[in-house]
Amino acid sequence: MTIFEKAGKYILIFLKYLSLVFFSFVALLPVVSCVITAFKSDVEYQNTNVMTLPENWFNFDNFINAFNKAGMARAFMNSLIILVCVLLFSTIIGTQLAYVLNRFKFPGNTLIRNLFLFASMLPGVAMQISVYEIMYKLHFINSLPGYIVMMCGTDVIAIYIYIQFFENIDISLDESAIVDGASYFTIFYRILFPLLKPAIVTACILKGVGTYNEYYCANLYLQDKNKLATVATSLYTFVGPLGSKYNLICAGVIISLLPALVVFITCQKQIYSGLTAGAVKG
Amino acid sequence: MGALTKNTHRRKKRTFSEWIKSRDGQKVLVMVAFMVVPLILLAVFTYIPFGEMVNFSFYNMKYIGARKFVGLKNYAKVFSRDDCFGALKLSLYYMGGSVVQLSLALYLATLLSFKVKGGNLFKGFMFFPFLINGIAIGFIFKFFYTRGFVFDTVLQWCGFQLDNLPYWLKDRSINNISLVGTSVWRYFGQNMVLFIGAIMSVDNELYEAAMLDGANKFQQFKYIIMPSIKTIFVLNVILSISGSLSAFEPPYVITDGANGTGTYFVVMHEIAHTQQKVGLASAMAVVLLGIIFLVTIFQKLFFKYVFKDSTQ
Repeated sequence: MTIFEKAGKYILIFLKYLSLVFFSFVALLPVVSCVITAFKSDVEYQNTNVMTLPENWFNFDNFINAFNKAGMARAFMNSLIILVCVLLFSTIIGTQLAYVLNRFKFPGNTLIRNLFLFASMLPGVAMQISVYEIMYKLHFINSLPGYIVMMCGTDVIAIYIYIQFFENIDISLDESAIVDGASYFTIFYRILFPLLKPAIVTACILKGVGTYNEYYCANLYLQDKNKLATVATSLYTFVGPLGSKYNLICAGVIISLLPALVVFITCQKQIYSGLTAGAVKG
Repeated sequence: MGALTKNTHRRKKRTFSEWIKSRDGQKVLVMVAFMVVPLILLAVFTYIPFGEMVNFSFYNMKYIGARKFVGLKNYAKVFSRDDCFGALKLSLYYMGGSVVQLSLALYLATLLSFKVKGGNLFKGFMFFPFLINGIAIGFIFKFFYTRGFVFDTVLQWCGFQLDNLPYWLKDRSINNISLVGTSVWRYFGQNMVLFIGAIMSVDNELYEAAMLDGANKFQQFKYIIMPSIKTIFVLNVILSISGSLSAFEPPYVITDGANGTGTYFVVMHEIAHTQQKVGLASAMAVVLLGIIFLVTIFQKLFFKYVFKDSTQ
C-alpha cells in the first residue's frame, strides 16, 4: 500500500465514524435536551440556557409533579389494561386467521388476504371520520372496552408474520396428528400454537409499542380525560396554562417514553426482525 | 365456498349432526370459528365505514341531527376552497423530506453493514426516535424549536447569531421545512433498519467471494448491496409518495396547522371533528383516497415495468 492509499483509508474510516457520531447526535439531541431540562428547578429553568446541565441530577421534583398533575397513575393503569387485552385478543384472532389462511385451501382465501391488505392501505385519519359514527352508534365512545375492540381490528403486519411462520412449519405435522385422530382445534392449540411462540413475541412487541403509543383514536374516543386517559393522551394535560413550563412537560414526556425505552433495550432484536418481516410483505 | 356446498350436497343423506362431526364438517366449523371475529372486525371498522364515508360525502350533515342531501356540492367545495385542495401543495415538502430520509437511511445502512465498532449502539440511537409516541414528539419539538432554546443554542455553538435565525415554527418561509425535519428525524432510523435487514439477507459468502476477487467497498456497494435492497428501496419510495399526500402527524402535534402548516389531512381533521362538517370532510377523504389509489396503481405498473426491465 502506498502512503496515499493508507492515508485515504484512514480518512474514509474517519468519515465513517464522523457520520455515525453526527447522526446519532442528531437523533439523540431532542431527547437529551428534554432530559436535561426535566431535572431543572423552576428558578434554574428560567435563568439558565436550555442546554446548560442541571445543578442537581437527583432533582426528581418535576417527575413527581408531572406524574401527579397528568394523573399518570391512572393513565398507566389504563394503558396496561388496554395493552394486555389488545395483545391477548389480537394474538388469538390473528394466529387463528393466519392458520386458516395458510392451512386451508378454499375459494375466497386470496380475496380475504387482499381485503386485509387493502384495508391497511387506507389512511387511519381519514377512516376515523366515519368510524367515529360507527363508534357512536355502538356506544363505544368513552368506553375502554369499545376502544379495545377497535384496536384489535385489522393488523396486517402481524397476520403476515404469522402466515410466514406457518409456511415454515411442516404440514406433515398436521397430517400425522390428523391420522392420530386429533381435531383441528387440538392441532392448532396443542401443536401449532406453541411452535408459533417466536412469531407471537415479535408481533406482540410491535403491536404493543404501536398500541402504547397510539394517541389519535385514544384522544378521539376516550374523551373523558380524567378517567380514561392513556399514557400518551395524559400528556395533553400540559397543553394550555402549563404550556410554557417545559421543565415539567419534559419530565412528563420522559416518563411517557420510559416503557418504550425499556422494551427497546430488552427486545431490540425482535423489534428489528419484526419490522423487517413486516416490511418485505407490506 | 362452491366446493364445500357441493360436498355437503353429495352427502345429503347424513344428518347435520353427523356431518358436523365428520372431517369436512370439522373443517368448515374451524374455518368459520376462526375467521368470523376478524372478518366482523374488518367489516365494522373498515369496510362499513368506508361505504358510510362515500355516502356521507353527498350530504350536508353533522354526526348528530338532520342530514340534507346535497349531491356533488361537497366535492365542488373540496376543489374550490383554498384550504382544502390547495393544502396538497404542502405534500411537496414532505416528498422532499422522504428523498432526504431515504438517501440518509441508505447511506447509514451501508456504513453499518460493514464492520463498525459499536455498530449496534449507533443503530439503536438512530432507531429510537421511531418508538416515541406522537404527542411526546409534539412537545419535544415545540421545545426544540422555541426561540433561543435547543436548536438555536446548537446553531449558536456553530457560530450563528440568534438575530439572524428565523422563528422555526412561525416563519412561513421555513416552518414547513422544520416540520418535515421532525418527520425525517423520526423515521430515518426505521428505514435504515429495514435496509440493513435487506443487506444482511445477502449470503455472506458473496462478500467473501467479492473480497477474494479484489472488489473494493464501492464495487461491493454497487454490485452486492444495491441489488439486494432494490426491492425494499423502491417499495419505500412508493410508500413515501402516498405517505406525503396523507402527511398528518408533524403539523397536528406540533403546530396544530397554524401559520400555513395545515396539510390536507390536518384541515380535514379540523373540518370533521371541530367544525363537524362531516359531509365535506368525507368528500375530502374520498378525493384523497381516489388520488392515492390512482397513484398506487400507476406505481404498481411502474414497479412491474422496472423490475421486468432489471431481470432481462
